[in-house]
Amino acid sequence: MAEFLSNPHGFILDNIIATLIALLIRWCISLNPYSGKGKPPMYGDYEAQRHWMELTTNLPVKQWYFESPNNNLSYWGIDYPPLTAYHMWICGQIAKRINPIWIELNTSHGYESSNHQLFMRYTVVMVDLILYIIPVLLFCNMVLAKRSRILRFSLSLLMLLQPASLLIDHGHFQYNCCSLGLALIAILFIFRGHDVFGACAFSLALNYKQMELYHSLPFFCYLLGKSLHSSKPFFKIITLGVTVIITFGVCWFPFLFDTNQATQLVKRLFPFNRGLYEDKVSNVWCTVNVLIKLRQIFSQQTLVALSLLATVAAVLPSSIHLIIYPSRHRFILALVNSSLAFFLFSYQVHEKSVLLACMPASLLLPWYPAESGLFLLYATFSMVPLLIKDGLLLPYISIMMLYLYLLYITFRSYYQVGTIQKYMYGISIMVMSCLHGYAAIAIPPRRYPDLVAVLISAISCCFFTLFFLYCNYLQFTASDDLIKASVTSKSKSD
Amino acid sequence: MDYIATSAIRIGIIASLFKSLLIPSYRSTDFEVHRNWLAITHSLPVSQWYYENTSQWTLDYPPLFAWFEYSLSQAAAVVDPEMVVISKLEYASYRTIIFQRLSVVITDILLIYAVYDYCKWWSNNRRLSSSSTSHGENNTMIAAFVLMVLVIFNFGLIIIDHVHFQYNGMLFGIFLLSITKIAQEKFCQAALFFILLLNFKHLFAYVAPAYFVYLLRRYCFGKLQYSSWTEMRQDFRFTHLAKLSLIVLAVISISFGPFIAMINQLISRLFPFKRGLCHAYWAPNFWALYNVVDKAVAMISLRLGLLTGDKWQSASMTGGKVTESDHIVLPSIRPLTTFGLTLISILPSIVHLWRFPYSWRAFLRVMILCGFSSFIFGWHVHEKHLITVIVPFTLLAIENKNDARLFFLLSCIGHYSLFPLLYEPTESPIKHILYILYSIFAYYGLQLCSCSSLKSIHRLRPLKVSLFEKIYIIGLLFVQIYTIFLHSVFKLNDKLPFLPLLITSVYCSIGVLYVWANFYARSIWLTSDKNEYIED
Repeated sequence: MAEFLSNPHGFILDNIIATLIALLIRWCISLNPYSGKGKPPMYGDYEAQRHWMELTTNLPVKQWYFESPNNNLSYWGIDYPPLTAYHMWICGQIAKRINPIWIELNTSHGYESSNHQLFMRYTVVMVDLILYIIPVLLFCNMVLAKRSRILRFSLSLLMLLQPASLLIDHGHFQYNCCSLGLALIAILFIFRGHDVFGACAFSLALNYKQMELYHSLPFFCYLLGKSLHSSKPFFKIITLGVTVIITFGVCWFPFLFDTNQATQLVKRLFPFNRGLYEDKVSNVWCTVNVLIKLRQIFSQQTLVALSLLATVAAVLPSSIHLIIYPSRHRFILALVNSSLAFFLFSYQVHEKSVLLACMPASLLLPWYPAESGLFLLYATFSMVPLLIKDGLLLPYISIMMLYLYLLYITFRSYYQVGTIQKYMYGISIMVMSCLHGYAAIAIPPRRYPDLVAVLISAISCCFFTLFFLYCNYLQFTASDDLIKASVTSKSKSD
Repeated sequence: MDYIATSAIRIGIIASLFKSLLIPSYRSTDFEVHRNWLAITHSLPVSQWYYENTSQWTLDYPPLFAWFEYSLSQAAAVVDPEMVVISKLEYASYRTIIFQRLSVVITDILLIYAVYDYCKWWSNNRRLSSSSTSHGENNTMIAAFVLMVLVIFNFGLIIIDHVHFQYNGMLFGIFLLSITKIAQEKFCQAALFFILLLNFKHLFAYVAPAYFVYLLRRYCFGKLQYSSWTEMRQDFRFTHLAKLSLIVLAVISISFGPFIAMINQLISRLFPFKRGLCHAYWAPNFWALYNVVDKAVAMISLRLGLLTGDKWQSASMTGGKVTESDHIVLPSIRPLTTFGLTLISILPSIVHLWRFPYSWRAFLRVMILCGFSSFIFGWHVHEKHLITVIVPFTLLAIENKNDARLFFLLSCIGHYSLFPLLYEPTESPIKHILYILYSIFAYYGLQLCSCSSLKSIHRLRPLKVSLFEKIYIIGLLFVQIYTIFLHSVFKLNDKLPFLPLLITSVYCSIGVLYVWANFYARSIWLTSDKNEYIED
């Protein structure tokens, strides 16, 4: 691609090409089955989203979060914040125009057809294009403005094609690109100095998916630190606070004037009565649990307290450091640190939550391509049991190899990769392929039926912890603003 | 490793991985056709291969392809024994799909190697021959890179092989190898590869005249120019002709030998002349226009009362059946007519090649023209056959700007005419995005081929696409908009269900004929000049 992209016909061209390639790969992945396809009675996330469209279009707002004859909360009741519900309402309205049967109240449960699948896939791709792909390209163009076009193009492709997000959003089926995209837009605004818009965008992200709380501390700390260092700290903090409150107020408007509504919403969003973790998650608790059966030793209350304590301990250093030394570069690092800290240590973590760390990690690609590239690969690897369940093994293999190869080409052309990193890659690739090979050939021993899944999550967890420590180290040692400074790389084609 | 090898490996790996992402996409009946051939070759003795007809998808490729399927079926039986059982019904288990899809991806490596081989030779040749400094080292590398992308990611090949399902990549690999051998003046090897190719897929017979004439003229006669017939006759090298014939006959006897007892049955399978002039969807050639003119005249005369309604009824060509059908007003076309027309259209180019066989470029041009002319006038031509023209055309496109322009037009038109092949809405984004990406790359990449060095890259001149041609290309967009949206908005789905297809094929056939005429004139004019490529 190198020579092709050095041609001067508008630098818009690269962005168009990157967008088209990103869309093409996304669509190829969406040809695969989605979660819970043809698996009654509960189906999967695909049915959840369809069901939410059904609920929001047919029921008045007041009933969205409440148990009723038409809204059985145990069957995929809405447990996301209002913005998701509004989004589903819009999609539902469109679906109604196309084919009302798709979202007919109660009778459409588990509805599946190829046309409906097409519709659902289109909704994700559209949202992805507007809220994720375009902001990523803007980000690339901003931070790499002075770099060569080829490097910018390669890096934007690497950011756009990170396998974990693609497989979950377009294969498994979810709208993560929406909340992550909103957070990314917030980052963009903040980088450009529009803190108020940034706060607003991030509040929207929070109102789309409560998991965005993983990112909230760095946002809070960075904006706080930045305000404190400005000339009018008090005024800035008040403005930001008011922005957040107003944004929340607007999003929650229909639920505000009734305490019942508000409390029910909060209860739906934060279900504390679930377990320490679900399935096999690559976090610390799940890994420790292999050796020490935590849930038998401690009561649930203790576990909640323990995980809360651990999370706070893990997230505090980077947050406090960010308040004292706010810089754009450290901000991204802190976003990785915070989301990883939550993922590794907090209570009731889902394996898909690693996506929250993937987004900021992919933004680090221009500066630490080897490390964050490996992280993105591991993040996908850690979700293999889920992907196998969804029948996404095939695209997983292809996209992982494709991504690895793109990383390799980028390193070969533009970066000096250290020896340690090379060894890390070598070992990781070997471990991953051995494990996959073993899973494909061998029958697991009877005593440990989940052997491979446990191994995958344990290995990923080790790497995540390592990456977490490394990013913390980077945050504490990084020079003031790498984004301003030039990138350490050998320039071959300039 | 040198630049070309590195690029070939990179493009090849990325292309293969991308192709493997297309595994779950839509499969046409050709998937089952090939599955059935696996079953036939695996479970029946050789003598039965061309008689077997449990399934309607009988074996109708030449023997070498059957042997290829036979060797594949050995692996297939290990992957899924059910796959190689002959049955009337379709069989497509998960393993079958993965096996067959991956077999296409893997055999495509031959195509990647062939392009690499060509590029390696081409760049060396250019380095040696460019006495002037007009073509820098960098430029050659860029052109080779562009060529590799344009061939390996050829829209038609990807759509037909990896979505629709066929093994064209491998066959075009052999095809390119034979072209490379011709360019290297290794004529015996070229003949060998081409005759192998013919025994894989007889469709390539369309370009055989060019091979025949060029090999005869260049290999069996020593000099490029003769002053008289007698001199030419005296210079004839019989041993060379014998060598060529030996190669051809050896391959044919190996391939057809085991089937000699049933040669009639084999021939009738290979050449089913009972099919109609055009497919259900008309390939964008001369006959599409002919049909439309016929329809239009018939319609007018029906209005004027010159024609009765029942004759109109009896000759509906858009019924979607692959049968012979009569024209209403214009004379009906018989296979012999199309054969004659094809011959007449090919003849000038062939004679031209005989008279001016100066370089392999002349051969390439005439060979493309052979394929092109038979596409335009041939009997029962499928729109897929246009890639037989487009792929070799790519080799010319990187050489100079005029051919680049024609290639760009042809790839836009020809690839667009493949759109109806993937009618499923699920694959619609794939074909659109891939088409746009390919066209963008062709347009900008080909400009890079003609700039002299990387430094002058900022002074690129765009391809000289004329205003009329631009309007035509933009017209494709409107045809597509009509096909996707307007047709159903106008509520014509029940009344005229085939109208979008008809518009597509007629619109494309105009463009294809235009490019063909342009290219024909250009080739005849160019190659008569011994010092070709002093141009632009």
